[in-house]
Amino acid sequence: MPVWQQHPWRTALVGGTALVLIWMIFAIWPDWLVDILGRKKTFVNTLLNGLTLAGLYFLVASGFTLIFGLMRNVNLAHGSMYLLGGYIGYEVAETSGNWILGAAAAFMALALIGAALQVTVFRRMQGDDLRQTMLTIGISIIAADLMLASWGGTTYQFQPPEVLFGAIELPIISALRSSGEAVYIKYPFYRLFVLMVAVATGVALWLFLNKTKIGMMIRAGVDDRSMLAAAGVNVDRIFVFVFAIGAGLAGLAGVIGGTALSIAPGEDIRYLLASLVVVIVGGMGSITGAAIGALLIGLAEQFGLAYFPTYGVVLTFVIMIAALAIRPQGIMGR
Amino acid sequence: MKQVHPNWWLAAALLVLYPFPANDFFTVQIGAYSLILGTIALSLMILAGYGGMVSLSQLTAAGLAAYMVPILGTNTQGVLGFGWSYWFTLPVAVLTAALFSALVGLIAVRNSGIYMIMITLAVAVSVFFFTRQNYEIFNGFTGYSGIEAPKPFGLDLRAPIPFYYLCLIVAVTFVLTTLYTARTPFGLSLQAVRDNPRRASALGYSVPAVRISAFFLAGIIAGVGGIMLVFLNGRISPGTIGVDVVIDILVIAVVGGLRHPIGPFLGALAFVLLENFAIDLIDRERFNTVIGGAFLLIVLFSPDGLLGLWGRLKPQIGLASMTTKRGSQSSGLDIEPNSLKGRLSNENV
Repeated sequence: MPVWQQHPWRTALVGGTALVLIWMIFAIWPDWLVDILGRKKTFVNTLLNGLTLAGLYFLVASGFTLIFGLMRNVNLAHGSMYLLGGYIGYEVAETSGNWILGAAAAFMALALIGAALQVTVFRRMQGDDLRQTMLTIGISIIAADLMLASWGGTTYQFQPPEVLFGAIELPIISALRSSGEAVYIKYPFYRLFVLMVAVATGVALWLFLNKTKIGMMIRAGVDDRSMLAAAGVNVDRIFVFVFAIGAGLAGLAGVIGGTALSIAPGEDIRYLLASLVVVIVGGMGSITGAAIGALLIGLAEQFGLAYFPTYGVVLTFVIMIAALAIRPQGIMGR
Repeated sequence: MKQVHPNWWLAAALLVLYPFPANDFFTVQIGAYSLILGTIALSLMILAGYGGMVSLSQLTAAGLAAYMVPILGTNTQGVLGFGWSYWFTLPVAVLTAALFSALVGLIAVRNSGIYMIMITLAVAVSVFFFTRQNYEIFNGFTGYSGIEAPKPFGLDLRAPIPFYYLCLIVAVTFVLTTLYTARTPFGLSLQAVRDNPRRASALGYSVPAVRISAFFLAGIIAGVGGIMLVFLNGRISPGTIGVDVVIDILVIAVVGGLRHPIGPFLGALAFVLLENFAIDLIDRERFNTVIGGAFLLIVLFSPDGLLGLWGRLKPQIGLASMTTKRGSQSSGLDIEPNSLKGRLSNENV
């Protein structure tokens, strides 16, 4: 049965919202709307910022949720991996002068560190949630301090590659000049690139999990780990592999986020919390859930900052508590 | 009347006589501060040890109680400050912490294990941000300062020795109450819910009600700890309830041991000593590496903290006879030596 017959009201609501949103993006705003929401430029920019941030959150949280979904491993050092990825990427990009090389190095380095962490630490305490949590908290405390020691308290910012530099004009009219000439909205191209990377990663992860043999094994492992082992699959190797991908994604996100925003001490906790909230809202272990959660949280954060600046930060947590009250297992959780 | 092992009398005598050889710094900054941190960590230990619920928002409950003191009483910032007498302010502050803790419990008890850790952490962070952004009630980034302890009957409670004894009385009262409560029907039902929620529920206990009551009681302890903290510092600001401090409290409880209410106080003492004297051992800047490393070692090699370490070392240094003796005397006093792993995996059934 098609979705619109199964849930006619929900479909109408979602479709209606989408239509209104599309109209709001492309139409020239009438005066009454400007009176309510302020200038259209602010709105569209906030929307795009929110989407970009959501993309970044998705990159960080997808690794977190992948690791949790398969192995029930709680890696509270995930934020430290983000920050370390940023620093490593920065060093490599600075010395080689190549941004792409920096991003690749961050991915590889963190994938290796993640695999090492899985083999040395998590394998020893499989199924022992609390100890894993404590241990990764300990690791993140030490990692934060050592990173502070070697990179100092200054803020680093990457230079994005030349191709991605500058702003582009979007086919969205922000307002009409008195002469009747249309003013188009400009937006930094790099930020759109972040969004594209996030979407590409999401699609790639989805294809990988749903269309490849290893992906099939991973999904089977999420459902029943011991049965998968009994079917003759080397589960330990898959664990290391998934952990490496998850950690590598965090490292990559460090470079991408460090270019869009910046990297500095404290960002580790920020992104750890963001990924926690994203996966709590979206449902632990679900990539789709991480995407939905990232969208909700990214948009809420940016709209909160733009329209109610004082309590914008609190808004994300209000969303989380509301989501938990209605669906304790998260939107896509089982 | 149950016999008490001489070691406990010795410990009591040491704690009571401690301020006399010690100077003001040791009395307040080491002694009283350890007792306060221990009290707040005790609130976490009760939930984690007896209830199998690791809540990271207990420091936040303590912080809210601490905020209530200048908000309801007097402050020098000129924000709110109803000027209530301490006889009203302090009970209301404790009640606020307890209600907040129960509210967190209400949200969190539907999930368990790691989910609960994450939810309570998120609540703690959102309150931290809220207090930092809100100027009408919490006076934003600066918070409140110049808060004075009450002076009932002319006795300055903030003077080093009275303050130390106040903290000691609070801590001892809560430890004894915890030990007593653990053996009441409520305490036993809480442990039953920890060990096997489905079975406890089948026996007719309301699992959420038991858990939320535990959150409420733990909130009272946290609240009193928070009030002591604000008396000690004379100020309260969002930094007091920041994420790093939340993690410190968790570290204290885990390093001390989650099996016996004495654990958090041992952990707090170790933490405070490290915090003050690590500077002599290692560069002041790298304090977090030291504390994180100590925490890591404890988690890796002694899952039940310093208490567990002591329990295992005792037989090796020739105190074996004492261990058994104490064990037989205090049976029922300690909670079941169930490993945390068992607790949490039961939770996840």
